[in-house]
Amino acid sequence: MATQTPIAMTTDQAAKTHRLFFDVLHDWLTTVDHKKIGIMYIAYALFFLVVGGFEALLMRIQLAIPNNTFVSPQAFNRLFTMHGSTMVFFVGMPILFGFGNYLVPLMIGARDMAFPRLNAFSFWISAFGGILLYFSYLGGDGLYGAGSAPDVGWFAYAPLTARVFSPGHSTDYWTLALLLSGIGSIGTALNIVTTTICMRCPGMKLNRMPLLVWLYLVTSAMVFVAVSPLTAAQIMLMLDRYLGAHFFDTQAGGSAVLWMHFFWIFGHPEVYILVLPAFAFANEIIPVFSRKAVFGYPAMVAATIGIGFISLSVWAHHMFTVGLGAYGNTFFTFATMIIAVPTGIKIFNWLATLWGGKIQFTVAMMFSVGFLFQFLIAGLTGIMLSASPFDWQLGNSYFVVAHFHYVLVGAILFMIFAAFYYWYPKMSGRMLSEKMGKWHFWLFLIGFHLTFDFMHIPGILGMPRRVYTYEADRGWAIWNMIVSSGAIFQAAASLLFVYNLIWSYFKGKVAGPDPWDAWTLEWSTTSPPPAYNFAVTPTVESRRPLWDLKHPEDPDSNYEM
Amino acid sequence: MTGGTNVTPPHQSIVVNNQLLSRRDMLACQVWLCIASAIQSVPGHAPTTIFAPQGTPAQSIFGLSMLVMAIVVGIFVVVGGLLLYALLRFRSRPFSADAAQEPPQVYGSNQIELSWTVVPVLIVVILFLATTRVIFSTEKAPKPAQALDVTVIGHQFWWEYRYPKLGIVTANELHVPVSDPNHPTPTYLTMSSADTDHSFWVPRLAGKMDLIPNKVNTMWIDPQAAGLYLGQCAQYCGTQHAKMLLRVYADSPAAYAAWIAQQQKPAITAFADPNAAAGQAVFQHNACISCHTVAGTVATGRFGPDLTHVGSRDTIASGSVPNTAANIRAFVDNPAHFKPGALMPPMHLNDHDLDLVTAYLTSLK
Repeated sequence: MATQTPIAMTTDQAAKTHRLFFDVLHDWLTTVDHKKIGIMYIAYALFFLVVGGFEALLMRIQLAIPNNTFVSPQAFNRLFTMHGSTMVFFVGMPILFGFGNYLVPLMIGARDMAFPRLNAFSFWISAFGGILLYFSYLGGDGLYGAGSAPDVGWFAYAPLTARVFSPGHSTDYWTLALLLSGIGSIGTALNIVTTTICMRCPGMKLNRMPLLVWLYLVTSAMVFVAVSPLTAAQIMLMLDRYLGAHFFDTQAGGSAVLWMHFFWIFGHPEVYILVLPAFAFANEIIPVFSRKAVFGYPAMVAATIGIGFISLSVWAHHMFTVGLGAYGNTFFTFATMIIAVPTGIKIFNWLATLWGGKIQFTVAMMFSVGFLFQFLIAGLTGIMLSASPFDWQLGNSYFVVAHFHYVLVGAILFMIFAAFYYWYPKMSGRMLSEKMGKWHFWLFLIGFHLTFDFMHIPGILGMPRRVYTYEADRGWAIWNMIVSSGAIFQAAASLLFVYNLIWSYFKGKVAGPDPWDAWTLEWSTTSPPPAYNFAVTPTVESRRPLWDLKHPEDPDSNYEM
Repeated sequence: MTGGTNVTPPHQSIVVNNQLLSRRDMLACQVWLCIASAIQSVPGHAPTTIFAPQGTPAQSIFGLSMLVMAIVVGIFVVVGGLLLYALLRFRSRPFSADAAQEPPQVYGSNQIELSWTVVPVLIVVILFLATTRVIFSTEKAPKPAQALDVTVIGHQFWWEYRYPKLGIVTANELHVPVSDPNHPTPTYLTMSSADTDHSFWVPRLAGKMDLIPNKVNTMWIDPQAAGLYLGQCAQYCGTQHAKMLLRVYADSPAAYAAWIAQQQKPAITAFADPNAAAGQAVFQHNACISCHTVAGTVATGRFGPDLTHVGSRDTIASGSVPNTAANIRAFVDNPAHFKPGALMPPMHLNDHDLDLVTAYLTSLK
């Protein structure tokens, strides 16, 4: 008897924690709450960010010295394919949709998204896509035993994807994964557009929406136009591979260039789909930490819509070397250069927002400042590449790799980090450690610049991308060594960030509803917000409802038109 | 980066780089040349830099790139400087008297916003016009009657070169005449691919141009100094994309004529070395002939490189390794030894046959 009691007690306790665990699990698996879905999107993207980052590390080890044999050519080709596909489709898209899901209803004073069930469906189908892509490492051999993960590159140029050049099923996993992710993206985009149009609280006219909501509206509308051709192209590729269609199968008279057009009419707007949410974060964070209203709200909205439209007409600047002819190259040079104008307006408006403010250098603001400088440089190297003859030299070289990583890491990832430091208190109820955050910022900044500044140089010296190794006599070795060494700093900083996320969840300072003294509606409810967001539906009279509340003597509504 | 710059006067490195920028750009781009030569001179030598152009297409791109870089650096200095100034000047000062007060709220200004819309538009127009000039001067250049025509066919993972008017077929090492600016003899490349997409990129001679199956592209080069120009495939084409290297030899008129005469000869069939003769028999009795051509013999395959004069080349395996007997032997034994993923299978010859085939191939001068 004496021994039985404790056993009974432990069993009982175990059962209790089990029930609790399954309760929580059941809650998250079946939730249609936009906040929980948003957090799941973000967690899922963070997981793949670590995976994709690990793949990048392996590639940088291989390229650190010439003629290295750390990985085989086959493994290297799979690594860059998986790294690119993962980062674009299973990190970039979900993390931005995650923040959008979480923030858009809160910022417009709504209780949930317009279609909560569609929201859950979109998340789970996207999540399934990512798992399917990685399952290829196990199941991609198929009947032919030819390779596991896809090795066709993230833009999978035809005819490399034809069955004759890509036997087995690895390319099929890639195709299906992107197809599913595309369906999820379209679902969420539809949801965000509908929510924004239909669910705004009383008084929130379109021209009173926070800029973040405007930018999510534009980016979601772009998803419709951009992702649909990709989805169509994936279906055409499947028809080619299994039903003997000849869209892209050059051995049977198909067109390789057709695939390029399909892919890049998705691929280039996709860059803006990813960068507009980063702009959206900047539009909220920079004004709050400058203690000023954003400069030129109508111009910012107009510039965003302008970027949205122009970005649909620049895709063939990825194809300056495929033989478009002089007239085609001239048109796409012009379209690409002119997009610098609305983009420039944004940078100038952020500059004017800082001007005359009282700038507080919190970690979120430090990342935003990094974003401003790095996005400026990324835009300027983009202008270099837009001059098509210059692109005949630099295209497909490491210069291009450096350029788009400047956009994707230097601009987008920096703003995502900023968004974490800014909205984590709202999502978790606790502040992220600013001390660890500062270490994270400086380490990551050093690593970023070591890697991506110096990566431009081998491109200028003639190093093409997607090579698993290179000749020792080309003068590229020292630059590649520096580039690889920067990866170590970035990896350390990322680990510190993950640790900060976990540590602060338990030990962080309690945030309260409005830790940054901010002005948009999400800060008017508790942190984290209740399932219903707002006990009473708010009514707003300006773009900064909390400013009006805090400064009743001088509300924004006096100045806005 | 700076160490080499200071000790190397720009003029000296101009000479080193085979009369880089001998004419018009010299005056225009002195400052940029210093930067360019710094990038290429340290550390060591970069034989594929885009900043040591040789020949008209690369020169005109170089000129344009200097203009574009001057403009973007100017923009960076102005905008970056303003940003930096704003961040320092307007940082919050927690101990000042009005620290608790919010700064004046400014919502926008149509005049200012109009000005920073118009100025970028003007810059874009300048850039666009300069760019268009180079696009048309390169892509719409009139073709001189004495231009050489070469057909370039990309293969996984090597280059096929055919000289249709001269009856020459060769692989991986392209020979072209030096082009005298007074009597230009440019080489026009007509390009396509036998399998996947490739891209022809010899940075010192011209920008890249893709080789795409079912599509014919053209480009031209006119190196004005004799020498070897390196490059490599610049469009991912499969497993061995990295070792699909390019070698373009610009020959002086005499050397070029000699090369033509030698390449036009039929393959050697009477061998001084009995091993080579025996090697020919081994070669012809194996699957070699279904993929390789040796002109004038039963070997007429076109899947792999033409071997009629393979012994006269400097390298094998698409420029990966020097053309030595030992390397040929190792390659025939197992091509994956140098190029894992190469489409040529291991030939499973015994050691004796390997020696014979090596003797045969090295004798095909």
